[in-house]
Amino acid sequence: MHNKTIAELGAGLRTGKFSSVELTQHFLQRIERMEGSLNSLVTVTPESALMAAEAADQQIQSGDAGPLMGIPILQKDIFCTRGVKTSCGSRMLDNFISPYDATVTERLMQAGAVSLGKANMDEFAMGSSNETSYYGPVKNPWDTSRVPGGSSGGSAAAVAARLAVAATGTDTGGSIRQPAALCGITGLKPTYGRVSRFGMIAFASSLDQAGPMTHSAEDAALMLQAMAGFDPKDSTSADEPVPDYSASLDDSLQGLRIGLPKEYFGEGLDPAVSASVESAIEVYRQLGAEVLEISLPNSSLAVPTYYVVAPAECSSNLSRFDGVRFGYRCENPHDLEDLYKRSRGEGFGPEVKRRIMIGTYALSAGYYDAYYLKAQKTRHLISDDFRKAFEKVDVIMGPTTPTTAFGLGEKMDDPVTMYLNDIYTIATNLAGLPGISLPVAPVNGLPVGLQIIGNYFTEAKLLNVAHRFQRESKWHRQMPVGFE
Amino acid sequence: MQWETVIGLEVHAQLATKSKIFSGASIAYGAEPNTQACIVDLGFPGVLPVLNEEAVNMALKFGLAVNAEIGERSIFARKNYFYPDLPKGYQISQFELPIVGKGSLTIDLEGGTQKVIGITRAHLEEDAGKSLHEDFHGMTGIDLNRAGTPLLEIVSEPDMRSIKEAVAYARKIHQLVVYLGICDGNMQEGSFRVDANLSIRPMGQEPMGTRTELKNINSFRFLERALNFELERQIDLVESGGQVVQETRLYDADRDETRSMRSKEEANDYRYFPDPDLLPVEINPARLDAARQGMPELPDQKRARFESDYNLSADDAGKLTQSRPQADYFEATVEAGANPKMAANWVMVELGGALNKAGLELNNSPVSPSQLGGLLKRIADNTISGKIAKQVFEAIWNGEGDADSVIEARGLKQITDSGAIEAIIDEVIANNPKQVEQFRAGKEKLLGFFVGQVMKATQGKASPGEVNKILLGKLKG
Repeated sequence: MHNKTIAELGAGLRTGKFSSVELTQHFLQRIERMEGSLNSLVTVTPESALMAAEAADQQIQSGDAGPLMGIPILQKDIFCTRGVKTSCGSRMLDNFISPYDATVTERLMQAGAVSLGKANMDEFAMGSSNETSYYGPVKNPWDTSRVPGGSSGGSAAAVAARLAVAATGTDTGGSIRQPAALCGITGLKPTYGRVSRFGMIAFASSLDQAGPMTHSAEDAALMLQAMAGFDPKDSTSADEPVPDYSASLDDSLQGLRIGLPKEYFGEGLDPAVSASVESAIEVYRQLGAEVLEISLPNSSLAVPTYYVVAPAECSSNLSRFDGVRFGYRCENPHDLEDLYKRSRGEGFGPEVKRRIMIGTYALSAGYYDAYYLKAQKTRHLISDDFRKAFEKVDVIMGPTTPTTAFGLGEKMDDPVTMYLNDIYTIATNLAGLPGISLPVAPVNGLPVGLQIIGNYFTEAKLLNVAHRFQRESKWHRQMPVGFE
Repeated sequence: MQWETVIGLEVHAQLATKSKIFSGASIAYGAEPNTQACIVDLGFPGVLPVLNEEAVNMALKFGLAVNAEIGERSIFARKNYFYPDLPKGYQISQFELPIVGKGSLTIDLEGGTQKVIGITRAHLEEDAGKSLHEDFHGMTGIDLNRAGTPLLEIVSEPDMRSIKEAVAYARKIHQLVVYLGICDGNMQEGSFRVDANLSIRPMGQEPMGTRTELKNINSFRFLERALNFELERQIDLVESGGQVVQETRLYDADRDETRSMRSKEEANDYRYFPDPDLLPVEINPARLDAARQGMPELPDQKRARFESDYNLSADDAGKLTQSRPQADYFEATVEAGANPKMAANWVMVELGGALNKAGLELNNSPVSPSQLGGLLKRIADNTISGKIAKQVFEAIWNGEGDADSVIEARGLKQITDSGAIEAIIDEVIANNPKQVEQFRAGKEKLLGFFVGQVMKATQGKASPGEVNKILLGKLKG
């Protein structure tokens, strides 16, 4: 059952081949058996999962069941879930039981998805390897000595290992696409504003976006259908109609114009990864697409811009974790300053502190113009590159990451090298564009991701383009050894 | 040396919306601590602000009332600092592109002169909660009911040159926001707070002196006292060879002094930046028009109309229109049939005095405008005298009904029948031969005595004019 897609499982549920309770039990058993080697989950909620499954079964019997009804999924532990610990991968929130549901959580529950628990992640979504989590690193199911990527590493590893059919993720600089690539699954980061951020613990508000992490583009379409849409509780959510994402999956790609930015195939890209990506592009040629070389001249500004904007916003967003109202509070504070210093000093890990300090510095009097304001300007330049590119092409393709999954601990002492792992994904967040990563031919048994970037609100097109590849390929159906 | 005082004010007006500026929680005053703070106000992980458009509309009304520049785009920014009653660790405020830009306000000074005070800007922001340092045994209690309450911070230019001007400006702003219906103006509850910046410079010198900022002023009286104290302190300091240090000073009303709170060096770096959770506010012409349509008559317009329509003196019109409830009460009284001049007098003097004595606000007056109008009509048509009217007023105040029923029940109708008055006068003259003799010998002051006797005999119901006339005739004749 565990290697089936949402569509296949949904059909099984509706025709009575198995019940949601059986399906849920099956995945809960897999979690029990296999989770120990991955550390992909922070919290498992078997009781509430089985209750939700029972309710879903009744709904299915009544004949009124949507495609997600009874499907077991995982929530990244950044989404607030009422009555359940919502840790954000941090000691700071290890004791935080959310009193409310995120809009994404609420919508998926309404659609009948069964949440099995909460997925591990980099602390406050800050990391590219899932090694900054307070709950310890997540391991890549393809090779447990390697990282799954981050920050949605728990979601990616769990879906790759078939501990759940699908999971939610969030992407601030590549946090859905990069782990999806390193774990061999499909991950979609929608247009900024497509999915509500309400109840999603903020890292960098102008960049954060939630999206689905699934086996296939087809599944991603079903998940996104439930997640997307305007939310009056999020002023930055887009009041744009949500198309039927499944309806256009099989559309022809004849005449599709694909742009390959030369900057995404240059120095730093592993030649084997490059070759794998190029062979995937060859498939598109055969499907009738036209491939053009393009340029995104300001690409090199993306990482430095991001590491001003994201820390600046996070330094402010994370101020609320002060030990006063919720979360970690140090023992016996002797005055207010001590309460602040020790609660935050003990509650946050080193990567979070590093970014808070960078961001505080960038916003300080005398530095604001040189850093924050400058970064806003370069951000415009980056968006402009894409705007011009989309005058010539329909989608942009390239590698999701420069290399396959690296070893645990390999980059932890060198933050800059770690940051460069997101070199191809960060620009789309700065521009607010949607991007999808899908598995292509692996290198040395390790997954490789192809990234497809689209214009604003063209998620349907991205899913269509990804799905047509998956009709021709088997990579998205491969399972890591030991998790079959 | 002659010193010139330079003052600028920052007014925080709490906007009279129903709910908070970025959440749906109520802003009603006086609730149990922390019962009016929702997860957004508490700054819970994952929550987001959603702008209350009513607060924007109110700010626009203010902008229109002070003829301010109103940009097409306004931006919310985060002001970052740590404090336990600031749940998010930042206050959502405005920095660049405030909702209301440069404007001005004309204030009235003694002797009928006027002065235009520049308004630098007015911006929207959320209030913080309250820290309660008493009753918690060395700990601090936090009440977040007030957190997220909408404020309009109105910043003036340093255009005021005396404490009188500063107080007049503060009063005028207060009057304006209450008139506009955007603030209840209740200073005791903190709905209208003033921070003052004061500096001195030798008379005739161009460059400004170093200023201090005075905080925590919650009445006009305290504003005057705080400025007086601070002005004297600065002059003493400079004249004894010292220098004013730029700092924030707290006004302590109990001790009537200001004391240093923090110096410029200790000031926070607020690290303002645009709040990425909120979109820029777009003010299109249609929205501005809608705000304009919703504007009430402003105090200055009303005053001019009272002068021309009701033939009131500038002074009376000014006083009556000082508060909108009073102006409205006056107009309703006139509507009920009262003579405008008489109504002006009664509203300000008799009613005003009675309310003051009882510690009541005009909107809680036991006497309604139509009751007062009915009473004044009876003075005008000579049914009762002004003196009797005061009795009737008291009776209405005490709930004995309208003027007519009180007059009827108490038999207070004025005796205008000259025959009846004559008879009483004859009796009084007959009973006081000594006084008559003295009067006729030239002691005309005694007329008052005779009038008093007649009034006593008629229980004040005789028409005073009639009594005078007849008495004089009989005494002299």
